[in-house]
Amino acid sequence: MLLNQFLVLGAALFAMGVYGLLVRRNIVLILLSVELMLTAVNINLVAFEAYLVTADAVGQVFAIFVITVAAAEVGIGLAIVLMIFRNRKSANVDDLSLMRW
Amino acid sequence: MVNSLYRLALVAAEEGEHAEIHAGDGGFWADTAGIMLVLPVVAFLVILIVGKHMKHKGGEIAVAALAINLVWASVLFYLNATGGVIDQTTFEIGRIGSGLVFEIGWVVDGLSILMFWLVNFVGLLVFIYALGYMHGDRRVDWFFAAFSLFAGAMLILVGAPNLIQLIIGWEGVGLASYFLIGFYWEDLANVKAGNKAFMVNKLADVGLVLGAILVGVALGTWDFGAINLAAFEGNAELAAVAGVGGLLLFIGAMGKSAQFPFHIWLPDAMAGPTPVSALMHAATMVTAGIYLMARLFPLYEYMASDIRTTMIVIGTITLFGVGLLAIVADDIKKVLAYSTVSQLGYMMTAIAAGGYTAGLFHLFTHAAFKALLFLCAGSVIHAVHSNNMSDMGGLRKYTPTTFWTWIVGALALSGIGLSGFWSKDEILGTLSHEGYTAVMWISVAGAFVTAFYMARATFLTFFGTYKGHGEPHESPKIMTVPLIILAVPSALMGILNIPGVSLGRIRNYTEWLAVRLVPMGDHHPEAIDWGLAIIGLTAALLGGLIGYVIYYGDAETQLERDSFEIPVLFPLLRKKYYIDDLALGIVALFTGPFARFANWTNTYVIDAVPNAIGAGVKALGVFVYGTVDQKAVDGVFNGLSAATDGAGSAVRKWQTGRIQQYAAAFVAGALILVVLFVFVL
Repeated sequence: MLLNQFLVLGAALFAMGVYGLLVRRNIVLILLSVELMLTAVNINLVAFEAYLVTADAVGQVFAIFVITVAAAEVGIGLAIVLMIFRNRKSANVDDLSLMRW
Repeated sequence: MVNSLYRLALVAAEEGEHAEIHAGDGGFWADTAGIMLVLPVVAFLVILIVGKHMKHKGGEIAVAALAINLVWASVLFYLNATGGVIDQTTFEIGRIGSGLVFEIGWVVDGLSILMFWLVNFVGLLVFIYALGYMHGDRRVDWFFAAFSLFAGAMLILVGAPNLIQLIIGWEGVGLASYFLIGFYWEDLANVKAGNKAFMVNKLADVGLVLGAILVGVALGTWDFGAINLAAFEGNAELAAVAGVGGLLLFIGAMGKSAQFPFHIWLPDAMAGPTPVSALMHAATMVTAGIYLMARLFPLYEYMASDIRTTMIVIGTITLFGVGLLAIVADDIKKVLAYSTVSQLGYMMTAIAAGGYTAGLFHLFTHAAFKALLFLCAGSVIHAVHSNNMSDMGGLRKYTPTTFWTWIVGALALSGIGLSGFWSKDEILGTLSHEGYTAVMWISVAGAFVTAFYMARATFLTFFGTYKGHGEPHESPKIMTVPLIILAVPSALMGILNIPGVSLGRIRNYTEWLAVRLVPMGDHHPEAIDWGLAIIGLTAALLGGLIGYVIYYGDAETQLERDSFEIPVLFPLLRKKYYIDDLALGIVALFTGPFARFANWTNTYVIDAVPNAIGAGVKALGVFVYGTVDQKAVDGVFNGLSAATDGAGSAVRKWQTGRIQQYAAAFVAGALILVVLFVFVL
């Protein structure tokens, strides 16, 4: 069956996204990792839709919804990153540990 | 408004058995006689409010009230003297059930008219005298207010148509006398004298109130007319309680009229201003007891006749024994006070023996000459600023008006020729006629003693040489004029009731007093008993003569004559027969051990309960504050905050501010959930 391969691909992409999220120190790369995880989820959604074939094509709709939200998120995210970089001359998350005790 | 007594009288007259009643109802003057009861009380209130701002400190109001009263009293007196007035006006003020009705009002008959006139006449003269005597003294407005209340309460008493109103007036007189005896309250002795008078009277008043309740409940009414009529007709309910009730009422009368052994308050009552003594001894207060006995005379005449023996014994002891005390008194007012007690004994004895008219005639004459003597004493005291006869002497030259009026009063009191002779003679005649021979001879001896101590007082005060300080002077006219006015009735009142003599249109005293509802079997002599008259006069003259021999010395023998002494008797008299000491001892028993026991009980038994409760509450409070509040409640909150603080300190370290650590924790949590959902659930 074709589903397993897609799921493995999705899991692999998701794991890579998590790895990038936890390990990378550059904020832009962290945002990219988040996009990677969202993409992995989209692959899962589309794969399940192709497998199950619902009447309203819920999987595809949901995937498009996620892409829209991701676009918006990355827009705001990059804007914040830009403002931080302008103020602090750095894009390293280790330099952004102000919100602590 | 009902005129029940008048109606009863008419019914009785139609039946023909009350031949004495052929009187009118007095018309307007009797219907409005209540004004006499109200005016002095109104004056009391008005003086309290505005007296302070007036020239004579409210004395004008007091005099005006009694002057208006005297108009009413005089008109009624005239109507009664020429034809007789009998009337009663009452208002209901309350009732118990349907039977016992409480009424107030006024009774107008021979007895009450004579008392109205006496109180208002003597009262007016004493009030005018007091305007001069009290001038410039302390609290004059309060003096006249209380004085008005005194007269008003006495008028309420003598006008009372029933026992209830009589008790109201009775207590009012007692209250006002308490105010006036303790008038100079800055001196503790005066306060004590006031207390003594009030308490001795209260003790006797228990008898009065119990007697009134007994008679009133048995008969269903307190009305004097109804009680007397019931006694006359032999009412069975009244007969059942007449003995005890009569005795209880007599005990009340003993207190007010200072009969032995209740006489102890009267000499101490001299602590008040002299006008108070004059009024108290003449018209108000002490005559109240005699008046009560006279008012209820039929009760004693027809029913409680056993009590009369007791009354005669008490009266005889009073007239002779207490009279003796006047011999050793140095205070001129105390001499007069003891003589008053003695004369009250005469009245009580006469009434008890059946001499209703004789007793009341003596009350009447005594009121005039005793008021005169007290006002003279006040004038003398005013002149020498001392009450003691040892500070006086020779005043005949300095105060002539006072001296001559005093002589009139002293002769009248001693029973030598003037008014006192006639009334005392009538008492002796009654006692002799009713068969009380022994009592009659004691009364003669009493007349001897009276003349003796009056001679002593006269010679020590007005003869010899002056022993006091300063230059004595005659009193102002406002004081001497009342003396002169009072001297007239003191001298001449005797002719009002010479046995067998009727003064034309106004008849005589016996006839005036005979205007009454219930016939009374009292004895009044029809002709002069020359034998008794000579015996009485001889005794009095002898007393006066011995007094003259002992006390009329010249200047050199003054100390000697004042120290005249009879062994055993005089020391006993100086100790007042130890009766005051006995009474004080009984009182001390209450104030001493009994009071200490009460105090101990109070401190250790009664107070122990609240003290224990207080101590318990205090301990509880300490416990609640120290343990519950400070330790438990505060501990909880302190612990909570400490725990929160500690927890916060511990947990805040996790807030590193490193986003990736949070993300790692989030992922770890998500993984745990995945493991849980996939492998466990």
